[in-house]
Amino acid sequence: MEALHENKIKLLEEIANRIRETIIETLVEAGSGHSAGSLGMADIFTAFYFHILKHDPKNPNWENRDRLILSNGHICPVRYVAMAYAGYFSLEELKTLRKLNSRLQGHPYRAALPGVETTSGPLGSGLGQAVGMALAAQLDKKNYRIYCLMSDGEQDEGNTWESVMFAGKNKLNNLTAFIDRNNIQIDGFTEDVMPLEPLKDKYESFGWHVLEIDGHNFEQIVDAVNVAKTIYEKPTVIIAHTIPGKGVSFMEKDYLWHGKPPTKEEAEIALKELRTLGGKIQSEHQ
Amino acid sequence: MLNKEEKLNPKLFDEDVEQVPIRNGYGEGLLVAGEQDPNVVVLCADLSESTRSEAFAKKYPERFIEMGVAEQNMATIAAGLGISGKVAFMSSYAVFSPGRNWEQIRTTISYNNSNVKIAGHHAGISVGPDGATHQAIEDIATMRVMANMKVFVPCDAIEAKKATIAAANIYGPVYLRFAREKTPVVTTEGTPFTPGKAEIFWQSKKPQVAIIACGPLVYNALLAARDLEKDGIGAMVVNNHTIKPMDEKRITEVAKKCGAVVTVEEHQVVGGMGGAVAEILAKKCPTPMEFIGMQNVFGESGVPKELIEKYGMGVKDIKAAVKKVLKRVK
Repeated sequence: MEALHENKIKLLEEIANRIRETIIETLVEAGSGHSAGSLGMADIFTAFYFHILKHDPKNPNWENRDRLILSNGHICPVRYVAMAYAGYFSLEELKTLRKLNSRLQGHPYRAALPGVETTSGPLGSGLGQAVGMALAAQLDKKNYRIYCLMSDGEQDEGNTWESVMFAGKNKLNNLTAFIDRNNIQIDGFTEDVMPLEPLKDKYESFGWHVLEIDGHNFEQIVDAVNVAKTIYEKPTVIIAHTIPGKGVSFMEKDYLWHGKPPTKEEAEIALKELRTLGGKIQSEHQ
Repeated sequence: MLNKEEKLNPKLFDEDVEQVPIRNGYGEGLLVAGEQDPNVVVLCADLSESTRSEAFAKKYPERFIEMGVAEQNMATIAAGLGISGKVAFMSSYAVFSPGRNWEQIRTTISYNNSNVKIAGHHAGISVGPDGATHQAIEDIATMRVMANMKVFVPCDAIEAKKATIAAANIYGPVYLRFAREKTPVVTTEGTPFTPGKAEIFWQSKKPQVAIIACGPLVYNALLAARDLEKDGIGAMVVNNHTIKPMDEKRITEVAKKCGAVVTVEEHQVVGGMGGAVAEILAKKCPTPMEFIGMQNVFGESGVPKELIEKYGMGVKDIKAAVKKVLKRVK
């Protein structure tokens, strides 16, 4: 991975902002979908597709690519948009999200869209699949890395912890997990619905190396991934503190935006805010 | 009489017919598959002796993955392996896998079209004294209903070995169903086994009824056919080992030829092999049918033979079902 210079950080911030704008436009067009988590993870997806991953958008099945597994498939709008900007397919295709005959299913479908790595949506089953891929890489003596992005809500699932336990036992050092710690799930705040804390201690006690970062800070995201690569005796989990709905003030930290798209009117307000970076700059659209 | 072309066990009807647990065939099949293909890996949820995964674990320790008692995790990890170039066999009791992990199998294996083979052991009530909690009698239904999934139910240990090797050579999800108890060896190494092709094991000169069976009860079906012949009732016995994709052509042919059908399986009659036969015949050749199997009840503890009798899957029950269905033909 190249070093993260100041100019690169600036570029990543610009891409992330553009991705947020396109997420809003895509969700309005789709008429349904998950806003909060998609916006909250825009920085991490940007960091992956534009800095961290060894990948080839023109050859999505390249054997030695890093694997990026999205376990909480419902935030796939951010993945689709990031993939489109990275060159996997055209931005135009984003308009087909959630529509008939689309490759962009409401939850990601591996057979439809090369590059999504796996089918996901039902929570708690992404980490296990990532573990299987990590085992396959070790059996084949391949040194690509496996990244698995999870939500905090899906830490409620027993299957998640079965996979956590297995990866700890087997010291899967080619596996790095991220938890999108945005503190919301469908029914409310995670600590009200089903408390997860102390989450760091839980993972440590299962044999993982744990890092905590600000999920909107590119330097911290990239540094944490680099640290994970140096941990040889354990898998690493990066608990990324994010703001759900990040960038759109009326969506931020409100769990009611977990599973719905903005209306046209709401989207206009959101886009204005994103295009002016919250009023800090003049938008070219004005 | 027995169909000579099938090269069945010549001592099939002897009192001391050789009996071998069907699951042994899985263990032997894994060794062959593992030798044929270095990408074969075996996962097991803390039941390696009981599911006969043990021999593979000893021969190929680096390709054996101990899961602990975690069937949901086993399914998802197998899915990840199966989409990364591996041929992943996952082994447990059918009640737990594909029972407990049904959704993981649906999404991450079947919908994903991952190259995973699900081996469900201790299927049917012949599990015996462990009781109903450990007797899977719904697994054919829950697996055959999934798109992409293939379902094999071998009738003895030799066929189980062939089915295991065949599954390794098919890309995509396959469900293999195995019984626990010692089961009479019906077939030989020379008996044909082709996925998707039902075999006629018994053929009377003038068959009036087709007894379509799968799993260990194929043996009871053959005993019933032999008795019926003595009573002057001709029959065909079909070993219907592939529940999905079922051999529509042969099922339709035998129904047409005989005019009556009795299905025999150690499974709920709703949604099982018999149900699948009925789906075919309703479309292609509506035929009077009777269904031998579990009649909307759970099993219980007991000796396997006693259980088979109590729950209406014995030889006399098959004969009675034949006589019942024949009345409807007239």
